[in-house]
Amino acid sequence: MDQLQLLVSGLANGCVYGLIALGFVLIYKATEAVNFAQGDFMMLGAFVALGLTNAEYMALPFWLAAPLSILVMAVLGYLLDLLVLRRLFGQSQIAVVILTIALGFVIRFVAGAIWGHEPQTLQSPLSQGDISLGGVVLSVVDLAVIVVTVLLTITLYQFFQRTRLGLAMQAASQNQMAAYVMGIPVKRVQGLIWGISGATAAVAGILFASKGAMDPNAGLLGIKAFAAAVIGGFGSLPGALVGGLIVGVIEPFAARYLAAGYSQIAPYALLLAVLVFRPHGLISQTRMKKV
Amino acid sequence: MRIQFKTSYDHDMRLFPDAWTACVYGALMVVMVLLPVLLDEFFLGEITNVLIWAIGGLGLMLLTGQSGQASLGHAAFLAMGCYSNTILIEQGLPFVIAFPLAGVLTGLFGMVIAIPAIRLHGIYLAMATIAVSVLADDVIVLLEPWTGGVSGKFPEPIVIFGFEIERWSQPGRFYYLVLAVTVISTLFYRNLLRAPMGRAFAAVRDSEVSATALGVHIPRTKAIAFGLSCMITGWAGALMGYHAGTFNNETFSLVISITLLMMIVIGGLGSIHGAFLGAAVVAFLPQALSMTTDLFGGSGVAIPGLETGVFGLILILFILFEPTGIYGRWLKIRTWFELFPFARKAMFRRQKSYLKTERLR
Repeated sequence: MDQLQLLVSGLANGCVYGLIALGFVLIYKATEAVNFAQGDFMMLGAFVALGLTNAEYMALPFWLAAPLSILVMAVLGYLLDLLVLRRLFGQSQIAVVILTIALGFVIRFVAGAIWGHEPQTLQSPLSQGDISLGGVVLSVVDLAVIVVTVLLTITLYQFFQRTRLGLAMQAASQNQMAAYVMGIPVKRVQGLIWGISGATAAVAGILFASKGAMDPNAGLLGIKAFAAAVIGGFGSLPGALVGGLIVGVIEPFAARYLAAGYSQIAPYALLLAVLVFRPHGLISQTRMKKV
Repeated sequence: MRIQFKTSYDHDMRLFPDAWTACVYGALMVVMVLLPVLLDEFFLGEITNVLIWAIGGLGLMLLTGQSGQASLGHAAFLAMGCYSNTILIEQGLPFVIAFPLAGVLTGLFGMVIAIPAIRLHGIYLAMATIAVSVLADDVIVLLEPWTGGVSGKFPEPIVIFGFEIERWSQPGRFYYLVLAVTVISTLFYRNLLRAPMGRAFAAVRDSEVSATALGVHIPRTKAIAFGLSCMITGWAGALMGYHAGTFNNETFSLVISITLLMMIVIGGLGSIHGAFLGAAVVAFLPQALSMTTDLFGGSGVAIPGLETGVFGLILILFILFEPTGIYGRWLKIRTWFELFPFARKAMFRRQKSYLKTERLR
């Protein structure tokens, strides 16, 4: 029973990692760039929701504030691409990596300047109540996290596989020039994916802030989520979820059964092991380049 | 307008392209040697700090700028150099042996890390090195009997053949030590670039496919690049330990890794000058910021995150408007004067490429 409880709480945590990892994968899938600021996006989304909902700020009802903050983050993501990242079009991936790391620093500073550095909780209706299922206690927010993550992953997966826009996004990343020739507006498509990933980050942020306190440094969680995305296989949406769940489940078990000091190593040690033995993740998307 | 009239192929391989350049660097060297006479102790300490960062920058530049592999985990190798130097000295080895050995050990360790890492490309390599950097923190705590864990270590004063160098009481002597290491590393780097191995690094960076076709063994070249880079970084780490006076598991954090990478980007990727210019920015930014906040009536209370925030903003502006860094801008200005009035904007236009994925599903 004990293990089951650990498993369930691990799954709920893993879903949050999975949600952030989804944001990484979305952008990578459509633009071949890695957004290292995704964790800070999540933090910003959480603070936007917090600023709209909490009594000491704007005190809007939660069910109005949540969609609003998702919208705000989507617009912000699109504008970020339009104003900043589009200028890097055609330059190396590493330039984008460094740019987004720097962006993360700036976002963290701005969030700290606006909302302060004290940890705050989102006053969300999700954060109250527990559900007991056959001896396993599950809080409402954990349940909400799991349901939303699974739904979002399925929706986004279907979006990439089935819709015209989703296919256009994949085409734009697989071969930019061919995509141009086929009449795909590559730059606008890339802007849209930044918008979608901003919205995903906002969802992750709202759920994470309902689970516990937020402070501007919470964005560093993004590193763990990034590890999750790589374990799952960068570029694969189900892989992001699987990777997130693996990292999420490993953590409580490692904390329980391994000596202190070894437990926080576990996710990264796993990451290195995966990179050594399956360099492109569990759900691999790459084959050797042929010349 | 200077004209280089080349009369032999060896001309392209000279350490200095012409007598004028040799004179400029000679003059720079004379100024650097005279600095302890010219500056007070505070600024001498700052310059020492710049030089130490520059050595670390050279290490990463060799990997990122020269062989095209981005590492976000070089703080781990700084830590490795720092700890191995201190531990070797505690074991009774003299500094003149322990210090170079610390660098070599770090280089070997880096090579071991590199063997799986060289199979990885771009983003996966960055991730693996991040993991190494995060792990380093925990490993230092776990290896407490050797590393002192959370409570940290204090490096003993340096003794070279009975000649004592203490960082606080004799900043001049410490400065000369750092300067000597800087000159040696710079010459090593510069000579490497003139040797076949350095050319192989550049070939791997520019196109792995073409490099293979020209007979470059890619995994071996990458592993050697990793090893040499870690060796220089290890020396920088050892000096950093002496400069800080105390260090523990949190001294060499992931933020240091990121700062190091950002530093060489601001300075200018792929050039020795870039490492030094970037180091100057990183080392003087905190001072400049505190002076500015004082100017605008700041209460003297540090604003959390301001330093990294401003640093991030500077970096974003550089990537957007001057991707070649400070050194790239200087080259443009110099060329404009040298070729006056024939310099054209298009001379420095960067080639853009269309992206293609390696993913096939």
